[in-house]
Amino acid sequence: MLAKRIIPCLDVREGRVVKGIHFENIKDVGNPVELAKKYEEEAADELVFLDITASYEKRETMVEVAEKVAAELTLPFTVGGGINTADHVTNLLKAGADKVSINTAAVLSPTLVTELADKFGSQCIVVAIDVKKTWDRITRRSYWEVFINGGKTPTGKDVLQWASQVEKLGAGEILLTSMDTDGTQGGYDLSLTRKIAERVSIPVIASGGAGRLEHLAAVLREGKADAALVASIFHYGQFTIRQAKEFLHKRGIPVRMDD
Amino acid sequence: MIAIVDYGIGNLHSVFKALERLKAKPRITDNQKEIKKAKGVVLPGVGSFGRAMEQLEKKELITPLLEAAEKGIPFLGMCLGLQLMFEKSQETTGTKGLALFQGEVRKLPPTNKIPHMGWNRTHFLRSSTLTSDIPTGSFFYFAHSYYVVPKEEHDVVIGICNYNVTIPVIINRDYLWGLQFHPEKSSHWGMKFLENWVEVTKK
Repeated sequence: MLAKRIIPCLDVREGRVVKGIHFENIKDVGNPVELAKKYEEEAADELVFLDITASYEKRETMVEVAEKVAAELTLPFTVGGGINTADHVTNLLKAGADKVSINTAAVLSPTLVTELADKFGSQCIVVAIDVKKTWDRITRRSYWEVFINGGKTPTGKDVLQWASQVEKLGAGEILLTSMDTDGTQGGYDLSLTRKIAERVSIPVIASGGAGRLEHLAAVLREGKADAALVASIFHYGQFTIRQAKEFLHKRGIPVRMDD
Repeated sequence: MIAIVDYGIGNLHSVFKALERLKAKPRITDNQKEIKKAKGVVLPGVGSFGRAMEQLEKKELITPLLEAAEKGIPFLGMCLGLQLMFEKSQETTGTKGLALFQGEVRKLPPTNKIPHMGWNRTHFLRSSTLTSDIPTGSFFYFAHSYYVVPKEEHDVVIGICNYNVTIPVIINRDYLWGLQFHPEKSSHWGMKFLENWVEVTKK
């Protein structure tokens, strides 16, 4: 049986791993390669590196980070943040990244997703979607709105339609972040995750809100996510990945244990 | 020297680094002569079957690869590299593969999420050089939407995994090996796999 994945996410700014709440109040939490190695030893299934500044400062420093990480790691990893050209993707994959995640650029030019999937294969292309519950004054109902530019710019897009569209465009995976729960440690948005996971036939990685190990179990079971992205609870040493996996294993959720 | 075949696409850096860590002297190359004198040939790959074969043809690498296989130089196809060792693929109909194994490449059935992405248990059907010291049922990392269906199944399938359908994931005949998973991304058991293969290239 395919194991549910636990994926530590490392937000990277200027070559350092940082963590913010609601995309703000950034704190430094360490060196990418050191953290990556620690997570590999703890049996993390994959890693995600997100350049949280690249979207608007247009830096391409992540190629260097990818190279260093790939030289030391035997785990798959994804790089995201500010990626908007096929050349940039080529450089990251050549540097050793297994997948790239596209967010703002996918919304601004959806054909880029198809171009990348055709060129590199769908399994390399993750579309990251940042979502916030929004009140629509015209229809007088709330919906999950897609945000871009690191959560700064609302798009008016409904995530339900957007998720289906990115699947059709050729994305191999969706990285779904709830901006409402991100950084709160109050649990993932289960209903959002479940809606998307049931709607698309590509894997969904849930993100935003992990605070306790029960949250992981809930999003993988009730939320029907294929993988859970985690940051704070592991960076600050509240729990180890191994503890999380033992917890999930005891509850009958298939995970890869050390064996 | 171990030749990692560079045909313009694919993640070569990780394979290179993994082999280097095993002290195997890898070289990323698209040079026919280098492939000919290599002690082992690695055919990696991401992307589509059609594009990969097109690139191999454009770089005039098909003949040297077939010659290496014919001569019994240890040959390791990984992920798409494994699929290229078959005759044809549903991914790109009309394109011929290397046909080192009989059979075809099919799309995974839509009953599960596609791509088959993540860690799955691999069960060994019999013992083999490459699986030595690795427990059957160990997890390896997969990322693919197509899978190989060998004609001579009983002769060549060494390992399988289950994803609603039984997927042959370790294929072997003589000095030809193909792996559907990514050993270079599969932590310590993946590295053990590569180490076992590197040992074969030294003989």
